[in-house]
Amino acid sequence: MAGTSSRKSGSAGTPTPSSTETDLVKEAEATRASAGYHLIGKRTPLIDAALKVTGRAEYTDDIKRPGMLVGRLLKSVHPHARIRSIDVEEARRHPGVAAVLTGDRYPTPFGVLPMTHDETALAVGRVRFLGEHVAAVAAVDEETCERAFELIHVEYEPLPVYDDPKVSREPVPVKIHDRALRDTNLQKEVFQHFGDVPKALEGASQKVKLSGKYLGVSHGFTEPHCTIAEHTPDGRLTVWSATQVPHYLHRSLSEVLGMPMHRIRVVKPEVGGGFGGKSDPFPHEIACAALAIETGRPVKVLFDREDVFYLNHGRHPTQNDVTVGVDADGKFLAMDIDALIDGGAWSSFGVVTTYYNGVLAMGPYRFDNFRYHGARAYTNHPPSGAMRAHGGTNMRYTVESVVDEIAARMSFDPIELRLQNFLPPNFKTINEFRITSNSVRQCILAARDRSGWEEKYRKLPYGRGIGVACGFYISGSNSPIHFTPVFPQCTVHLKADMDAGVTIHCGAADIGQGSKTVLAQVVAEVLGIRMDRCRVAAVDSDTAPVDLGSYSSRVTFMMGNAAKAAAENLKVPLLQAASELLEVPPDRLEASEERIHVKERPSQGVPFHEALHKAMETKGALVASGAYSTKPLGGTFKGAKAGTAPAYSFSAYVAQVDVDPETGFVHVENVWAAFDCGRPLNPLAVEGQIEGSIHMGLGQLLSEGLSYRGARLMNPSLLDYKILTPMQMPKVECLLVGEDDPEGPFGAKEAGEGPLVAALPAVGNAIYDAIGVRLMDLPITPDKVLRALEEQRKKGGAVKPPAPTRPSKRTPTHGGR
Amino acid sequence: MNGAGGAAVATDAVRVVVNGRPRTLERMPERSLLQALRTELDLMGTKYGCGEGQCGACTVLMDGKAVHACQVSVKEVGGHDIVTVEGLARGDELNPAQQAFAELGAFQCGFCTPGMVVGTTALLQRTPSPSEAEVREALEGHLCRCCGYTKVLRAVQRASEISRERARRSA
Repeated sequence: MAGTSSRKSGSAGTPTPSSTETDLVKEAEATRASAGYHLIGKRTPLIDAALKVTGRAEYTDDIKRPGMLVGRLLKSVHPHARIRSIDVEEARRHPGVAAVLTGDRYPTPFGVLPMTHDETALAVGRVRFLGEHVAAVAAVDEETCERAFELIHVEYEPLPVYDDPKVSREPVPVKIHDRALRDTNLQKEVFQHFGDVPKALEGASQKVKLSGKYLGVSHGFTEPHCTIAEHTPDGRLTVWSATQVPHYLHRSLSEVLGMPMHRIRVVKPEVGGGFGGKSDPFPHEIACAALAIETGRPVKVLFDREDVFYLNHGRHPTQNDVTVGVDADGKFLAMDIDALIDGGAWSSFGVVTTYYNGVLAMGPYRFDNFRYHGARAYTNHPPSGAMRAHGGTNMRYTVESVVDEIAARMSFDPIELRLQNFLPPNFKTINEFRITSNSVRQCILAARDRSGWEEKYRKLPYGRGIGVACGFYISGSNSPIHFTPVFPQCTVHLKADMDAGVTIHCGAADIGQGSKTVLAQVVAEVLGIRMDRCRVAAVDSDTAPVDLGSYSSRVTFMMGNAAKAAAENLKVPLLQAASELLEVPPDRLEASEERIHVKERPSQGVPFHEALHKAMETKGALVASGAYSTKPLGGTFKGAKAGTAPAYSFSAYVAQVDVDPETGFVHVENVWAAFDCGRPLNPLAVEGQIEGSIHMGLGQLLSEGLSYRGARLMNPSLLDYKILTPMQMPKVECLLVGEDDPEGPFGAKEAGEGPLVAALPAVGNAIYDAIGVRLMDLPITPDKVLRALEEQRKKGGAVKPPAPTRPSKRTPTHGGR
Repeated sequence: MNGAGGAAVATDAVRVVVNGRPRTLERMPERSLLQALRTELDLMGTKYGCGEGQCGACTVLMDGKAVHACQVSVKEVGGHDIVTVEGLARGDELNPAQQAFAELGAFQCGFCTPGMVVGTTALLQRTPSPSEAEVREALEGHLCRCCGYTKVLRAVQRASEISRERARRSA
């Protein structure tokens, strides 16, 4: 068999940039260093490192309250059924049981988006997926809860089960929700058309259409969902929960429990990963609170891993078709997309998902004609929801595969083809996204140079290959989910007291990404003090100002700007006090190295704490607030706000793979990940986001997928749901080449979600380079590789695709812009 | 069953040494060591992630060997020596694995980290200077969803260096 003997070399190593090339990464680093910040841009270990490596960081399940009961939720055994009756009397009487609740107690519907409230704390009259909660029990221990479950008698009347979104979009005899569109089970449908796609496609010299198929994916966070609630005799409810968005939970608790928000306190302890999977307000959080109210005792609800899989809210199972037409020179003319996504039983973020599957598809490329039809169907699968690079991942794989296929058919080098078609910086797209900073060119050139692309593309032996793909993602959603009453996207409060420490209150949720560290870096940078003076208070709704949440990759941009504004406001009285002490006007002073001193004469100054104490003489502790609001963006057509963001991240990844044609096993050897997050505030954390994103992306690409038989989830465990282990992780090189963004804090943009999207198609395109087959059905498990190779052999032999014949312009690392 | 609660079923007590101290586990001999550590001894550093020995968040040392505490029952640990993440540091001095993970940012949410540093400690006791391949293999039973292991692999090498530096200093 061709090529099998060449597979022995194993590690591919990391080529160094050739000496003739300019090193874009080093250049970008040098430019950033010239700004002279003392903390911003430095590799900064996370401020909670010592707590996390010693096991002392406190997650929700680590909290014990006096007299705490165990809360458990009874799961539906039917995917779709009417609940004829629930008899809980025997369970209620069982010794050790403190309360049993059913859906009729708190039937108010809720949901993360104000326009699609279709969830309830416990099922009301109907179950819509296998695993939906039908009753909640609070008891002295787990065993008693389990015994109580046996004593709860639920009579179900099965209903037709919908497990295929293609069926859901046709007329159906039973609607899963009354709010489904027309006589179908569609939850949301989007049509958009800019320019004239049919005409542009007609005039195209090449049209490529590919269809992608994607299984659902679990977030796979290691900390299962957990909530503790306590209702105290003063009429207040406190809820500790593993949540990404304490504020949404706060609102939903109030709406469903009928309790004013000011009597509810939501606390977010450490969160063991979220990735979007803890961003909805969840039924179990409300049910836990309801049990606490009912019993008057603290109640903890902790999910087991199987419960996590059944609650799901992971990436949507998707089928999409992408057609791109190009002219004879390789200029992209039009893109036409059709997407059908399986939303499962609830809406969740589905309206946003339906838009994002289309509106984010063009970036980072320029198109003048674009058409999108997207539909999200209700089915009786566990609900799909928001997951890292929400709506931007599955579609990106198909788009980048199409671009690779165009290059192959038209005999272009795929990097040259992309370079011809990138959006420029400071540009308005056909769907009215405002593009500002954009270093996608630097990204692809850096990835090309570092990977040794020109020596490898189409030149590696059969079975080994290299591929490229680009990415694009929002740096925070410009339109908040809750827009009435009008609030800033993020607010930060600071307090500096006589101990010369600065307490930072912020509602943004650090879920591991390191936002607490960014807060401390930003505040300490502005005040010119050491980071250890900054204390970041845990998110507690009693003290933290409202933040609209850790989702849509918005925290660094929005929280960072709010923190910077707050610190600048705190600095004003400090400079004034120092001015009085030094008898120098405040505008001639600056704060650095723990002092406030004369700008041009650093020796003339006062220590930070002396200026602070002087300022406190009449005011007491200094307090300051800073806020960030987005400017109005986007067009006026229906859905114009979807995908608008104050900035966008860009990326270009090159991946190198080794495919074993005997076993079908794909080994990813290297990923060169060039990313434009503007100025990285903490490069250590940015690298962590990129490396983690690649791990997550390759999991979806190669091994992860929620597999259903009918409506039954077949792999709700980490035994059968295969997350990549250290054995499968490639070597990753992060190339941070972004230029400062004009509106980001210190020039920063997002790095939390965007780093995922290019990882999957870069590897998919590398597989094509290795063995000449294009695999569009994810995950790409060895059996699918073998089947594709078998078909390829039937057609005439296993070979690498031909090398490009068009004379490469060999775009120089500089110029050509 | 995930160990959120505490059963009040008193049966045979199990004697065990945990982090150098003799302890008696009096309740729930049928339950896992993970549950006993968390509910009876308040050692919250050992985490429940999956309960089926797949994620490694509950890794502890049993007679120096890394085990998944969710897969060991209380009655199996009688007479054995258990070390949890809380038993790794000497006073304020982090053990080499902890120090290396903290310095190099080899964690994000931190939920898998106690298990990872315990697993790393076990590896370095067995193989003081592991190759990258040995590290990958030794940590195969640990899932990290945040950091993609890249910094973990480096941190284990760094922990190995720190161990050698400390040995030289104390020699």
